[in-house]
Amino acid sequence: MEFVEAVLLTVITASTPLLLAASGELVVERAGVLNLGVEGMMIVGGACGFAGAYLTGSIAIGALCGILAGAALSAVFAAVTLGLAANQVASGLALTILGVGLSGLIGAGYVGQKIDGAGHLYIPYVTDIPLIGKVIFGENAFVYFSIALLIGIWYFLYRTRAGLILRAVGDNHASAHALGYPVLRIRMLAVLFGGACAGLGGAYLPLAYTPFWVSGMTAGRGWIALALVVFASWLPFRLMVGAYLFGGITILQLHAQATGLGIPSQLMSSLPYLATILVLVAISWVRGRRGSPAPASLGLAFVPDR
Amino acid sequence: MRLALERRAERSIAMALVSPLIAVALTLATGALLFALLGKPPVEALKIYFFEPLTDPWALQEIAVKATPLVLIAVGLSLCYLANVWNIGAEGQFLIGAITGGWLAVATHGTGAGYWVLPAMLVLGALGGAAYALVPAVFRVRFGASEILTSLMLVYVAELLLDYLVRGPWRDPKGFNFPTTAEFDAVAAMPTLIEGSRLHLGAIIALLVVAWATVMLGRTLKGFEIKLVGAAPRAARFGGFSDKWLTVVTFLISGALAGLAGVIEVSATVNHLQPNISPGYGFTAIIVAFLGRLNPAGILVAALFLALTFIGGESAQISLKVPLDLTKVFQGILLFYVLACDTLILYRFRLLPAPKAVHGIR
Amino acid sequence: MADAALAIASAPDKPVQPDELPLLEAVGVTKLYGHFVANDSIDLEIWPAEVHALLGENGAGKSTLVKMIYGLLQRSAGEFRWQGEPIELPGPAAARAHGIGMVFQHFSLFEQLTVAENVALGLDNVPLAGLDERVAEVSRNYGLPLDPKREVWRLSVGERQRIEIVRCLLQDPKLLILDEPTSVLTPQEAEQLFRTLRVLRKEGRAILYISHKLEEVRALCDTATILRGGKVIATCDPRAETAQSLASMMVGGEVGAVRSDGQKKLGNPRLVVRNLNVTPDDPHGVKLDGITFELAAGEILGLAGVAGNGQDELFAALSGEVLADNADVIRIDNRDAGRMSITERRRLGAAFVPEERLGHATAPRFKLSDNVLITGHAASPMVRRGFINRAQARAFVDRITKAYDVRKAKRDPEAASLSGGNLQKFVVGREILREPRLLIVSQPTWGVDAGAAAAIRQAIIDLAARGAAVLVMSQDLDELYEIADRLVVICAGRLSAPRQTRRADRGEIGMLMAGVGMKGAGHAARA
Repeated sequence: MEFVEAVLLTVITASTPLLLAASGELVVERAGVLNLGVEGMMIVGGACGFAGAYLTGSIAIGALCGILAGAALSAVFAAVTLGLAANQVASGLALTILGVGLSGLIGAGYVGQKIDGAGHLYIPYVTDIPLIGKVIFGENAFVYFSIALLIGIWYFLYRTRAGLILRAVGDNHASAHALGYPVLRIRMLAVLFGGACAGLGGAYLPLAYTPFWVSGMTAGRGWIALALVVFASWLPFRLMVGAYLFGGITILQLHAQATGLGIPSQLMSSLPYLATILVLVAISWVRGRRGSPAPASLGLAFVPDR
Repeated sequence: MRLALERRAERSIAMALVSPLIAVALTLATGALLFALLGKPPVEALKIYFFEPLTDPWALQEIAVKATPLVLIAVGLSLCYLANVWNIGAEGQFLIGAITGGWLAVATHGTGAGYWVLPAMLVLGALGGAAYALVPAVFRVRFGASEILTSLMLVYVAELLLDYLVRGPWRDPKGFNFPTTAEFDAVAAMPTLIEGSRLHLGAIIALLVVAWATVMLGRTLKGFEIKLVGAAPRAARFGGFSDKWLTVVTFLISGALAGLAGVIEVSATVNHLQPNISPGYGFTAIIVAFLGRLNPAGILVAALFLALTFIGGESAQISLKVPLDLTKVFQGILLFYVLACDTLILYRFRLLPAPKAVHGIR
Repeated sequence: MADAALAIASAPDKPVQPDELPLLEAVGVTKLYGHFVANDSIDLEIWPAEVHALLGENGAGKSTLVKMIYGLLQRSAGEFRWQGEPIELPGPAAARAHGIGMVFQHFSLFEQLTVAENVALGLDNVPLAGLDERVAEVSRNYGLPLDPKREVWRLSVGERQRIEIVRCLLQDPKLLILDEPTSVLTPQEAEQLFRTLRVLRKEGRAILYISHKLEEVRALCDTATILRGGKVIATCDPRAETAQSLASMMVGGEVGAVRSDGQKKLGNPRLVVRNLNVTPDDPHGVKLDGITFELAAGEILGLAGVAGNGQDELFAALSGEVLADNADVIRIDNRDAGRMSITERRRLGAAFVPEERLGHATAPRFKLSDNVLITGHAASPMVRRGFINRAQARAFVDRITKAYDVRKAKRDPEAASLSGGNLQKFVVGREILREPRLLIVSQPTWGVDAGAAAAIRQAIIDLAARGAAVLVMSQDLDELYEIADRLVVICAGRLSAPRQTRRADRGEIGMLMAGVGMKGAGHAARA
């Protein structure tokens, strides 16, 4: 029982950064923009988040720093791809390269430092319920926020007029423009939101997952988040399934390494990446002839005529 | 008044030539700002970073050595990107090339094998890189899985595979437990061009590849096909060209070139296998490809410039005490500027008056 | 029926006072693109309860003008007045606030969204809740049936247009702009649309009706403003004019009729299609169902049909962009060609001109000398042993230019820099100069000015006279009547039996286009 509880706890802990970053990217892609720079925004969010928390002693301020850093980086992407109609794939790569470099610069002074990680919820008696108590009522604030965020995104996309407009922009930017909607402004807001989410997801790592900063600590999670959006068919709640599935794989390989089954640790470490490839292939294969449910304008530059 | 983009009737040839230069200039300006922020004298720092290596013969050679893998990889990537195929896993294909080619060096180590070893290593390296690139290509063509994500994921897998090999089965028993294979024999080492220098035969191979790509892209139907499929896929199908087959072909070529770069790198400069054999050549080559405007000759120049940022970054780390990551920052900024300036080739800027102010014609 | 519409009216504006002030007035409105004058000092008055035609050829400036009225483009000079007051129209929302609605020629719809969501997007500040019912109600009241919950990609072209119209009507517009509305409708559907428009006029609404179809304008409109080269040429009562007089005002001179050499001798069948069935890859595509026809040497076969009834799929199957399941369902010159690639079919002497000039027939940002390689690489001296001969390619561009009077700024420009008409002449010329034995051409004169259209039709007729077999797919029935020897109609992926053009009745063809009277019809009627 305790083992199951421990596994559930660690799965949720490992899934939350993926969920945060992927939620943001889902909104970005629904608006028709493909921002491949999630990894770069996450890692800068991580470095700035740690710096903020270390300097102020506040996890909340650290998280805010991560959010702002991710949003700031995504603003560069927005300026180039929306303002200048540059290629989104290449710009996303540039963002990742830039982000990885910046995180090294920012984090250089903090290597080897420690902070007190984010605290966990504790409600007397309730949290002590065996098996589910800690899993449901004993998480850190990021976990609850990530779930609230996802519900909020679902509500926004499917129950509000602004969400409808955002989906319309992603489906057909020319038509949205013809109806008078400010395509580029809507996309810019979406990109900034995605950057903020990625920054928060990155900040989660040094603030709640491991309470110190290591260069390159996102280790491809940004890319996995991108794959999750595809896996989820751009639907918010399927994203949650995907994120927890991938968190599970991460934890599975950690546990397997700990048991020392004699499997090379590198093989176990490569599991999340191999699983990502497998899932992408499987989901694309299953969809097959029915075509992709991706937003129709995804990744296409838009320049309004005047 | 506000700025707006306006599509040009024709792509501007002048801008195609000038835009990379504008991008470099803007990067230098941003670099100065960045140095100032880091508390370093900007002009002095830029000099150390970008100009001093050019005055030092050793550094010049080193630039050519570092440019060699960049040219090889970037030429392959440019074919992919021209065809609108997004191979971003060249780093992985580079590592696999180093592994498959390096395997022969490890296997023949101390056996007194003849001079066939090096050529065979080059072939194996190219084949290994091509085979590794085939995976995302097939997944894309057969199942429709995004090659961007699969090729990138395979980079992590290749890194872990190399790590496993040099810590496990291929580790040098006499290597004091360091994660490294035995030093390659002389027959597995790339010959240098000048006695006592580090400049090696790989540079000549890179130049040959540039020449081949120039002719192929500019003069042959295959080159036309690559450009057509990328620029107008529907027109390409109408022309009878298969985009699926071309996806496989461009992935194979770029994988082979990246693999070749990998085996050349280990046989020429590292001389054994170890976990860190690449400072990110596979990713930097993406920037090289775009800075060179996906043109082989342009790539040659761009590779030399990015090699300069590697060398400059190393000397700046020593003399200015700035982190090595600064190089990546410069590279990322440079790519952004390149992409931004490319817009000027297809569009021009126009000052638009605010709608209300209009009542007469100028 | 206006109750439903009025219930959502934006704001109770001051009432329209008929016959005192024009509803909308354009005074000296000019639009410049760099040095190009798209609209030159346009003066226009639209009165309440008036159906006002805006007539002109493609490129005359009609679209530019209505986009300014709808706030999509900003004028360079001049003024718009609404009920006498000068107004600014910085965007479509402002236009809608005044009571201007627009139905676009190319629909501004969102494929993945539902009908109700699409309607909601066209309305300002309307709550989403309860919209389904109101859409259903209004569409029922105006005789425009629609299911609010269906996604747009499942709908026919006619249904899509209904969404646009319902969307406009829900805003209770005083002025409704329709951009070439009948170009996608069967004659019967068009008739239904006219009935709706007459009802709207009776309600006191003004309609700005853009068209180049003269008979239609004469039947429907009270006033016509004719544009040519960005200028207003005349404003008249179309009912008092003849189609001929309107046409000469539009074109600025007599329109030359295409000449054909009366009696023709037809040769052997050159293209034989037997029971061709194709299920498209694209889930939104049309399934081809038992397509069967023959095309003889020297013959021009016209294929009529409303857009989206399988023309694209048939073109792809005949060209080889999509392969048939069996080789023998398509035979070119007695050879099984169903499994041949487009290149192999070209080597058999076939040539193809697709509907889409930019992006399909040509690569927009490629030079013309590169664009001739797209169809010419398989069998011509422009490519030898895999190497391209640039001089030969440029010489071929020169030949096309000379033979078909392609106007361009320099010897070898990019395809995208040519005007629509000149690019079409280039695309058609590129194929005809290769002297094909079989030509399959889709929408040969779509969006082309009258002069270029006549030249292209003449070239097609001349090619057939030299013994080639030609299949012309067109939505322009007039065009097919002008050049085709026989007619077939495609509807919902099925083909009608052929008819001699001289004996084919327009009404009957229209019925076939709507799927009435097709073999196995009934469910075939989608539009």
